[in-house]
Amino acid sequence: MKIVVCINHVPDTETKVKVGTDGKTIDKAGVNYMLNPYDEFAIEAALQLKEKFGGETLVMSLGGDAHKETLRKALAMGIEKAILLKDDSIRDSYSIAKALAEEIRTLSADCILFGKQSIDYYNEEIPGLVAEFLGLPSVSVVVRININNGKVICEREIEGGHEVVETKIPLVMAAQKGLNEPRYPSLKGIMAAKTKPIEERQAATASSYVEVLTMHKPPPKQPGKIIGTDVNAVPELIRLLREEAKVL
Amino acid sequence: MNEQMTMEQVAPSFEFTESMRMVLEVARNFAEKEIKPVVMKYDESQEFPLEIIKKLGELGFMGVLFPESYGGAGFGYLEYITIIEEISKVDPSIGLSIAAHNSLCTNHIYTFGNEEQKHKYLPDLTTGHKIGAWALTEPTSGSDAGSMLTTATSDGDYYILNGSKNFITHGSVGDITVVMARSNKSKAKKGISAFIVENKTPGFIISKKENKLGMRCCDTSAIAFDNCHIPKKNLLGDEGAGLAQALTILDGGRISIAALALGIAQGALNASLKYAKERKQFGKPIAEFQAIQWKLADMATQIEAARLLTYRAGYLKNQGKEAVLESSMAKYFASEVAVRATNEGVQIHGGYGFIKDFPVEKFYRDVKLVTIGEGTSEVQKMVIARELLEP
Ligand SMILES: Cc1cc2nc3c(=O)[nH]c(=O)nc-3n(C[C@H](O)[C@H](O)[C@H](O)COP(=O)(O)OP(=O)(O)OC[C@H]3O[C@@H](n4cnc5c(N)ncnc54)[C@H](O)[C@@H]3O)c2cc1C
Repeated sequence: MKIVVCINHVPDTETKVKVGTDGKTIDKAGVNYMLNPYDEFAIEAALQLKEKFGGETLVMSLGGDAHKETLRKALAMGIEKAILLKDDSIRDSYSIAKALAEEIRTLSADCILFGKQSIDYYNEEIPGLVAEFLGLPSVSVVVRININNGKVICEREIEGGHEVVETKIPLVMAAQKGLNEPRYPSLKGIMAAKTKPIEERQAATASSYVEVLTMHKPPPKQPGKIIGTDVNAVPELIRLLREEAKVL
Repeated sequence: MNEQMTMEQVAPSFEFTESMRMVLEVARNFAEKEIKPVVMKYDESQEFPLEIIKKLGELGFMGVLFPESYGGAGFGYLEYITIIEEISKVDPSIGLSIAAHNSLCTNHIYTFGNEEQKHKYLPDLTTGHKIGAWALTEPTSGSDAGSMLTTATSDGDYYILNGSKNFITHGSVGDITVVMARSNKSKAKKGISAFIVENKTPGFIISKKENKLGMRCCDTSAIAFDNCHIPKKNLLGDEGAGLAQALTILDGGRISIAALALGIAQGALNASLKYAKERKQFGKPIAEFQAIQWKLADMATQIEAARLLTYRAGYLKNQGKEAVLESSMAKYFASEVAVRATNEGVQIHGGYGFIKDFPVEKFYRDVKLVTIGEGTSEVQKMVIARELLEP
């Protein structure tokens, strides 16, 4: 089985994000980056599929040289090969997906895995777009994968419950938390990753259709309001919840 | 003092390499997810956390410094320091287990063993399948290790060990112990040899598991030898070289205790920063009082200085250079810094620092070991002064 995992290099969840001077991008100074957390589930799924069915695993990321560190982490977890689709420009989801799809098309993969979303821009578009460009079935928000003789049964999370779907390989799947417990890269894995290949290719050009005009931080949280500390405060609390907060 | 020390030797680079960052991330995530939830459980029960140690073995943390040909991870001292610091930030007693296993037992066999010994013992140790211990201290010989009384009497194909060792890390849970014993009574310090002892050997006795102030889940036990027959092929290096070997091993060991101290100090600082921002008195967070700010500033500055000394000693070790002076300085300074930092950490927490619900309470207890184990602060100063005064 040939498995491709597309991964992203995103600001660390502990970063205090600041908007850059251009008002459209984040200020990258002092920001630490990490492997997108949802992509870890995709990597783990790929490794488990390989352990079960044999075959080969490959990770791919589109971006600048900095993405190599994240690719290396996937290699340290046990993925065999990495491709960096080099590109420093700003692209929308469509354009990124197009470039990824162009590359994946040449690989004849059975499973193409993603995290369900990147925690930087939260668009949740790329897995579906890639599937569309490649003409493949796509399953999102996957929490269980069962593959048997090319038949794929996936469980996916939906509002308030789970849904079980059936399709077949080749396909695109986007991993949700709960799919598995990603392994820690071992020291041996980290050492081995130093000598595993990271192939660099120029990312295919593609138009972007969405442009970021401005970016701004959410307004600071309003301080809480203390109405009272005993039972006498309840009527007023209910009134405010009903009339001001409009949640009752 | 080594006057030819160039800047490049002292400060190779202040940047973590990519693989150091990766190692740090694994150690930090592992400590947060796998160790943090059970720290107090193990502290109270004093049970040895075998399950965690086995997982650390799978990650390669029980054989950080040893080549892959012996099952190790093949990293150097810088990654090793990073690992011990990160684990000790969450649980110093597990940091101590990693330190004693790697740099005392395993490193002694790796540094002074012959190929046969290394192939027989290292793969199980470097992967954490077996737990290592290292026995120098005795009831009547601590700082003055050369006066030890345990004997190793030559008898045909065996040495017969008799005597007792105390305060041995992993004494009651270990599988393999490197034991220093006197093989020649007339030769004082040159009459001591080092042996690989399998703990299941008849005559190896676990006499007492200690009940401790801190580092409570890291097993510390007294052991004894009662006509314990050790095959001659388990002698490490030459007969009579045991004490000199032990002192060399302690140079590396001191770097690991310095890293352990760093972890404790940083852990106490992190907890104190968090608490000082949350706790309000006189209408504002206590972090806004200068008295608290100065404590935090002192802690952070001293920790950073200790970190630089520790990494420098590790760097010299990686280069295969002499690092007696630097390891002792790092161990001495970092451990005293850590004692001060935990003391101030509890002070910043006020009464809450005295309560087991807050991590500084445990750091305050655990930390005292670092100014004692692997050479007390007084002994470190003796070593440093000797290095300075030697022509
Ligand atoms: C938790 C724990 C784990 C340990 N693990 C191990 C282990 O795995 N293997 C092992 O072999 N040992 C181990 N030890 C023993 C440790 O190394 C010794 O406790 C330490 O070396 C000090 O020896 P001592 O306790 O006998 O103190 P002593 O040597 O009796 O010292 C008492 C005091 O006198 C001071 N002193 C001694 N000599 C001098 C001098 N010449 N000048 C000035 N001051 C002096 C000391 O600094 C100290 O303050 C461990 C100890 C502990 C507590």
